Amino acid sequence: MLRMLLRRLFLGAVTVVIVSVIIFAGVEILPGDACTAFLEREAQGRLLENCREAQGLNRSAAERYIDWAASALRGDLGVSANGGVSIAELVGNRLGNSLLLAACALALGVPLAIFLGVVTGLWRDRWVDLVFSTGAIFAMTIPEFVSATLLILVFSVWLGWLPGIVLTPADAPVAEFFPEILLPVIVLAMVMTAHILRMVRSSVIEVMAGDYVQMATLKGVPYWRIVFRHALPNALLPAINVVALTIAWLLGGVVVIEVVFNYPGLGRMMIDAISDRDLPVVQAIALIVATVYVGVNLTADLMTMVLNPRLRTHYMRQR
Amino acid sequence: MSDVPIPMAPGRSRHVARWGGVLRDVMSRPSGAIGLTLVVFHVVLAIVSPWIVPYDFKAMDAALMLKGPSDLHWLGTDHLGRDVLTRTLMGGREALLVTGVATPIAVAWGGLLGIYFGLVGGRLDEVLMRVVDAFLSLPWILKMLVLIVTFGTGIEVLIPTLAFFYGIPVIRIARAATHDVVARDFVSAARARGHGRLTIIRRELLPNVLDTLMVEGAMRWSWMLLAFSSLSFLGFGVSPPTPDWGLMIADARGFMSFAPSGVLAPVVALSSLIIGINLTADALAKALGLDRAQKAPV
Repeated sequence: MLRMLLRRLFLGAVTVVIVSVIIFAGVEILPGDACTAFLEREAQGRLLENCREAQGLNRSAAERYIDWAASALRGDLGVSANGGVSIAELVGNRLGNSLLLAACALALGVPLAIFLGVVTGLWRDRWVDLVFSTGAIFAMTIPEFVSATLLILVFSVWLGWLPGIVLTPADAPVAEFFPEILLPVIVLAMVMTAHILRMVRSSVIEVMAGDYVQMATLKGVPYWRIVFRHALPNALLPAINVVALTIAWLLGGVVVIEVVFNYPGLGRMMIDAISDRDLPVVQAIALIVATVYVGVNLTADLMTMVLNPRLRTHYMRQR
Repeated sequence: MSDVPIPMAPGRSRHVARWGGVLRDVMSRPSGAIGLTLVVFHVVLAIVSPWIVPYDFKAMDAALMLKGPSDLHWLGTDHLGRDVLTRTLMGGREALLVTGVATPIAVAWGGLLGIYFGLVGGRLDEVLMRVVDAFLSLPWILKMLVLIVTFGTGIEVLIPTLAFFYGIPVIRIARAATHDVVARDFVSAARARGHGRLTIIRRELLPNVLDTLMVEGAMRWSWMLLAFSSLSFLGFGVSPPTPDWGLMIADARGFMSFAPSGVLAPVVALSSLIIGINLTADALAKALGLDRAQKAPV
């Protein structure tokens, strides 16, 4: 068990290292560097040489990678190319805001998805199932910016119930983001709910057709006891991995939603940094996002193993 | 040795017959019938739209800015006085062209690489899978934007960019599907007959993994469309005045309180195409007997 845990942690760490190499190499092969971006038209001759000297850009790529990776490990993400502000400081607030958005969407979406998934699974092919399963296909396939625009049109422009744009500054306390955060949360939760609902539905259907459920029915166990005691604990396990995948999706999909709603999160910061060609910031954000992704997936895998005795013994026997 | 006849290799006509049967199966399901109709409608529209639209897509008229629907302009006009109906009818051409070329490329290179490493395995396979994991852990928008901002937003950049990044998840799918096939007896038989790797891939693996790749291709297509229109929406895709749904939604958003048809028309068009592709993919998966596993868009 411990060895398996260590192996998973090791593989996760390897992935993060490869990501950091890809990020560094990706930025490296782009034409231009921090100095050409900073000096713009004057980027030639002595001026460029001096700047590169000062920034340490004339060392070999391997040296600079090790330097960058080592300081990133210490939590020092470097300084931005525009204005020379510490990136860790810049990112701090934005990351917090994005996490707030994700947390609200999860808090709303996950319970709703599990409830609806169980309901649609138990009443398969009835009208509840048809309504929500069709709705889920719509919610998960329509681009986020389309559903966001539609919701703004309905709830903000026509009904006037909720603000359609976030005007709160990035460093405002959490409480000030309400009610502006509600529409972006609803859009995110909608897509998440759709994905998790479909997973839960199909695993409920599968479990309810299983032998032990039939056995329990034949023994005369009351229906709802079968559902809650026998079926659901098994049906909900696969949901953990889907939740992890949707969290990972949140990190990418949230970019578009943050732009649509003008939400001051990490995603919008990333778009701005890419447009401004602020490469150190792009590198830092990419590294953070990828690490979160790997971490979330790892946690989900471990949780599934801890909660699922079959998988656990399977791995123990493999060792 | 190599002259031993192989009775199981199916002829061309049987392939045709099989896909004909699959098509009939897809059309017999409500989701497949609706989905395929929507997709075919959009593809045909994209081809013929330049000849059937009522106006020039870039003709501006300052006197007609943001007018509502009328007899002359059925869906009204946008903020530059251009006909919304014309632009909506033509708004899918660029998207369908780019994703229509990029999807087969992505499925082909990702699929072949996945099949090859699924068969061969070994150290290189382990390393490749870690690299695939690493690529998948970066948000799609970040990967694409870095390339687009550097090399421009033309078709010649968008097609290879989409084809490259959307081929990566296909590697994993094809590899997993290959693992299932490699364990079966007929692959061992082919090995025993002394066939080389390429022959095994062409004769035994490819025909068996093809079903999975078809469904995967349909899904990739819909996610590519989503990515393409999101990029347009963010201002990193198609450049004006080319009509494109994502761009139209972005432009019309600011005026939607008094000219909602400018937003609603491209929204309906884009959504119907993407939903059509997804419904078709669902029906195709069922017709081929594959359980479309739950996946998040990558």
